Amino acid sequence: MEGVLSSLVSVAFHGVAYGMILYVISVGLSVTMGLMGFTNLAHGVFAMAGGYILVSALTRFNLPFPVALALSFILVAAASVVLERLLYSRLYGASELEQVLFTIGLIFMSVAVARLIFGTLQQPVQLPEYLKGQFALFGRDFPAYRVFLIVFSAAMIAALWFGVERTLWGAMVRAAVDNRPMAQSIGINTRRLFTITFAVGSGLAGLGGALGADIIAVQPTYPFEQLVYFLIVVSVGGLGSLRGPFVAALLIGITDTACKYWLPEFGAFFIYVATIGLLLWRPMGLFGKRA
Amino acid sequence: MKYPVGYNADSRLRWTEALPWIIAITVFFLLPDYLSLGARVLTYILFALSLDLILGYAGIITLGHAAFFGLGAYVTGILAAKLGVTDPLVQMAASAAAAGLLGLATGAVVLRTHGLAQLMLTLAVAAVCLEIANKATPVTGGADGLSGVVIAPIFGQFKFDLYGRTGYLWCLSLVFCMWWLIRRLIYSPFGASLAGIRENSVRMHAVGAPVYRRLLIVYTLSAAIAGIAGALLTQTNQFVGLNVLGFEPSGELLVMLILGGVGRLYGAFVGPLIFLIAQDVLAKQFPEYWYFGIGLLLVIVVLFARGGLLGISDALLATIRSKLKS
Repeated sequence: MEGVLSSLVSVAFHGVAYGMILYVISVGLSVTMGLMGFTNLAHGVFAMAGGYILVSALTRFNLPFPVALALSFILVAAASVVLERLLYSRLYGASELEQVLFTIGLIFMSVAVARLIFGTLQQPVQLPEYLKGQFALFGRDFPAYRVFLIVFSAAMIAALWFGVERTLWGAMVRAAVDNRPMAQSIGINTRRLFTITFAVGSGLAGLGGALGADIIAVQPTYPFEQLVYFLIVVSVGGLGSLRGPFVAALLIGITDTACKYWLPEFGAFFIYVATIGLLLWRPMGLFGKRA
Repeated sequence: MKYPVGYNADSRLRWTEALPWIIAITVFFLLPDYLSLGARVLTYILFALSLDLILGYAGIITLGHAAFFGLGAYVTGILAAKLGVTDPLVQMAASAAAAGLLGLATGAVVLRTHGLAQLMLTLAVAAVCLEIANKATPVTGGADGLSGVVIAPIFGQFKFDLYGRTGYLWCLSLVFCMWWLIRRLIYSPFGASLAGIRENSVRMHAVGAPVYRRLLIVYTLSAAIAGIAGALLTQTNQFVGLNVLGFEPSGELLVMLILGGVGRLYGAFVGPLIFLIAQDVLAKQFPEYWYFGIGLLLVIVVLFARGGLLGISDALLATIRSKLKS
């Protein structure tokens, strides 16, 4: 009995950590889709970039861990502004096919660049001493880094939700998601709003990629391999919503961890079956609005 | 801009439509050293035609079309290497049937959703197939691939020879048959209704067209054709590897079709031809830059040349004609 309980606790704990990371990465994609209807399949590229920035900041430049994390957010957000202004903004009115092709092109390019700079091997993360080891809670030991992950992500998510629900910027974002022409006509600069929101979303993806570098292996095929998971989170959660993807990310994190723990030979099989079932039941996702 | 289809389109054969076949036969006689590359190009032309049918004509965006191609390749491979079924026609029929069934089963789910969820589901189907092929090592050979594929002579007469002559002609004849089928299909009332769904599915519902059923039929058909292309790949290579499944082959196929031009039938001929020849020349020497190059190409095509190569040549011809008239 004790064995079953402790494995349950362990699966729930690791699952929550994984789900948190998935959410921090995917939330930007959900907002981009909801706000501008832009299908950005290259979202994983930002997460991969965040992971690489963290790893190089730690091992090549010997920067402290918090600085490396901050850098992964700032640099990715800054790069995404440039990309958005130069390229993405040209395709806002374009068809879904064109957006899909364009972002697949970006994925191919980024995979090639990552291979050229870092090689094909997985990048190891050098955690600082104070995040190694175990953390005792309720008479059980938990890996300290995962505890940090959960607490830090929860803080980020709380800040994000506060920003969207309680600030003027958040009100403008929500207005633009609900009805963009109307938001524009009452004087909201939706273009600038979108640039800022895109930067925050991409920066969060970079931060998520950096935080999760220990869980989701940082390697050049990252944007390909993780794309399905980000898309599942967003489409199961529902577009343009904050809560939906959160529930979806936690569900996926826990289910995936449980499957890998108890049924490793089935791999990710169960996740896909569950997702298909769920979308048959609710085609717009758990919290999506009816089209 | 899409090529005209349906009732407005002139369905008579133009002389230019004979060009691909003349070129293909000329290659057979003049370039005997390139027949294995030629067979590969023909296989991918068939694969691209199947994608064009659903993407270009019915407007279904898929990121997982390689699932059907890979299933077809594996069905032929398993029949030949494990079960001793060596007749190429039987293998082909089995591949087409298996891929068609998978298309019907997954299409029933995928086509109920739209947008991002649809993209995700197509990707998920391909990912599940890859996962199964990777894990079921006793049947599929897993990461090592499936070798020892034995193919009997076609009709008991034509042996697959070392120079790839039989393989090339076999591919060519299948591409021809499928091209004929698809061409008939897109100029039929059924093809017109597909174009209608692509352009405005709400109105098609309003005029009482069975949108979902039409899409499911074309999705199944396209899957079966992709399965035939997969069978061709196995028969000409006598090997199946994991690289026929997953996101990368689906993405590369999209690149080929976009490069040629979507929704105009012959884009599916031009794209794979240029792409695979370029890959043959460049990819071995500069593998990293190759990937970067196809990504860049995709971005450029989307930003500046939305009709692909055939779109560019159309625009050039139109300019020349208007210059000549004035």
